[in-house]
Amino acid sequence: MAIQVLETSAPSPARHDRGEAVERRRIPSSWPRALAPAVAAAVALVLHLALPDRQPPATSRPFAGLTAAMLAVALAAAAVQRTSGRLGAWARHRSPLATGVVLALAAWDLLTIKLAWMPLPYFPDPDRVLTAMWEDREALALSAFHSLRLLACGYALGAAAGLASGVLIGWSRSARYWGMPLLKVIGPIPATAYVPLAMVMFPNAFASGVALIAVAVWFPVAMLTCSGVADVPKAYLDVARTLGAGRSFLIFRVAVPSALPSVFLGLFMGLGAAFLTLIVAETLGVSSGLGWYLKWKQGYLEYAHVYAALVIMSLFFSGLMTLLFKVRDRLSGWRKGMIRW
Amino acid sequence: MVTTQTRIETEAEVEPASLRLREVSKTYRRADGVETVALEPLSLDVAAGEMVALIGPSGCGKSTLLRMIAGLERPTSGTLRLGSRPIEGPGAERGLMFQDPSLFPWKTVRRNIETGPAARGALRECKAEVDEYLRLTGLEPFADSYPHQLSGGMAQRAALARALVNHPRVLLLDEPLGALDQFTRMRMQDEVIRFWKTRRTTTVLVTHDIDEAIYMCDRIVVMTPRPGRIDRVMDVPLERPRHRNDPRFLKLRAEILEMMHLSGEEEES
Ligand SMILES: Nc1ncnc2c1ncn2[C@@H]1O[C@H](COP(=O)(O)OP(=O)(O)OP(=O)(O)O)[C@@H](O)[C@H]1O
Ligand SMILES: [Mg+2]
Repeated sequence: MAIQVLETSAPSPARHDRGEAVERRRIPSSWPRALAPAVAAAVALVLHLALPDRQPPATSRPFAGLTAAMLAVALAAAAVQRTSGRLGAWARHRSPLATGVVLALAAWDLLTIKLAWMPLPYFPDPDRVLTAMWEDREALALSAFHSLRLLACGYALGAAAGLASGVLIGWSRSARYWGMPLLKVIGPIPATAYVPLAMVMFPNAFASGVALIAVAVWFPVAMLTCSGVADVPKAYLDVARTLGAGRSFLIFRVAVPSALPSVFLGLFMGLGAAFLTLIVAETLGVSSGLGWYLKWKQGYLEYAHVYAALVIMSLFFSGLMTLLFKVRDRLSGWRKGMIRW
Repeated sequence: MVTTQTRIETEAEVEPASLRLREVSKTYRRADGVETVALEPLSLDVAAGEMVALIGPSGCGKSTLLRMIAGLERPTSGTLRLGSRPIEGPGAERGLMFQDPSLFPWKTVRRNIETGPAARGALRECKAEVDEYLRLTGLEPFADSYPHQLSGGMAQRAALARALVNHPRVLLLDEPLGALDQFTRMRMQDEVIRFWKTRRTTTVLVTHDIDEAIYMCDRIVVMTPRPGRIDRVMDVPLERPRHRNDPRFLKLRAEILEMMHLSGEEEES
């Protein structure tokens, strides 16, 4: 309570800033707040150990160990939260989120094996999913690798084609005359609709997968690059011209940088489209990768493996998105008020 | 450094940096067919090394005239020449500083100033000079800031440095000091005069400030309201360095104000 008062009376000049900034200026939070994640982890552990199983247990039980580990980390983090440095501020900021995650895991454990409110085999408990993830780690890693290979090839090809055609159509009047109708007619067709065509046009499943993903990426990248380049403020081009800029300088050093925010929007949309097309391509023809793994395990009703693959997929896609956001921040850090990832 | 300097000088001998405008007019035509006469035919000569002020009410076509000299706009009629060569398009030898700074928002202040040399492929030789201009414009602490982090005055100074560092033969300044406070403005006027004295760049300066015109320029071109024409051209017969409190300065100022009917509220006659 005393600390509550201290908190409200503490000067906070950045109240309207983002949460992090406010958090950093605040004095270290109270013990009850700092301990919330640890308490949640302890509750999860106690419930997991005390309540009887209502479903047949998995072959191994790593959830108890995982929860104990979370408890240990949470206790350490609670101590860190009482410090005033950057790490302490970060830990304070993340503390409620961590509590939420731990409680969600505990709820999952309760709803499945402890209370059996969710039916097997469709809703396995945490132990089953963890076990599946561990037992099948080689197949999962290999699938992730195959997915990454296919995605990288398709995305690189599609993004390159999209950037090239986008700049061309955005800059040149005659290229726009012919290119724009093409973009308008072909672009909106979802790449997955080309599956029948791709299957007969390419020698193998990998090549057709690459082509499908490339087409999916090409459209948003080309469209947004084109509109970004076409919308370059005329003043920038005029300034550059009076400074002696030639055509290639105007295109690549003025129009393209000015269009970068729009280009990145296209690259993000393209990445989303690429994920979707990747999974479809893998389930339809390519016999490897996470999408294929998912479909395969579903066929055997091995839902623990399905969830394991979903977890890997989430980490995988989220990681790639983060990477793209990092690249964008490097290249267009000059903009204010960008969406954070 | 030495080589570029001599190259520019020899070129300047063949091509004097003088401007010849003959019966130049401009009519804008909007997409819906409505026409705006921005400038009625006007003729003007600017000698090499001269600094000429262009003053006149808003909308009389001052920016339009500068854009035509810069080659960004084609005249509806008439001819423009730089030395003996007709002006047919934009080029580095005619530097234009725009009415609003138009800095590239994705470039730091330093990179903005480097744009001209970079575009001409002469960045390496100009690095030291870029530093000097950063210092002279007081922007050194902001060299790595982005334009949105600058004040209006700082942005205008950066735009001025960007135009100057390119060594144009003709410098076209469209209200370069318009956004500055009185003090910075006077200081910058002295700076611009200093640049001009060392280089003797032919300069056309658009301004709304009569004091600025008298203080800085050799001649003052007064334009009429829309559509723009040259009302009259006045010499400024003051030797340099000039003083703002010189009685002749004040007399000239009074004359111009009188002519523009701005010397004060008049009695109804
Ligand atoms: N791109 C354009 N299209 C149509 N009309 C234009 C265009 N640019 C300028 N005009 C018109 O030409 C006239 C002269 O404009 P200009 O910008 O040259 O005036 P100015 O003397 O620079 O004014 P200010 O002192 O306010 O900057 C104005 O009536 C304006 O409406
Ligand atoms: Mg103007």
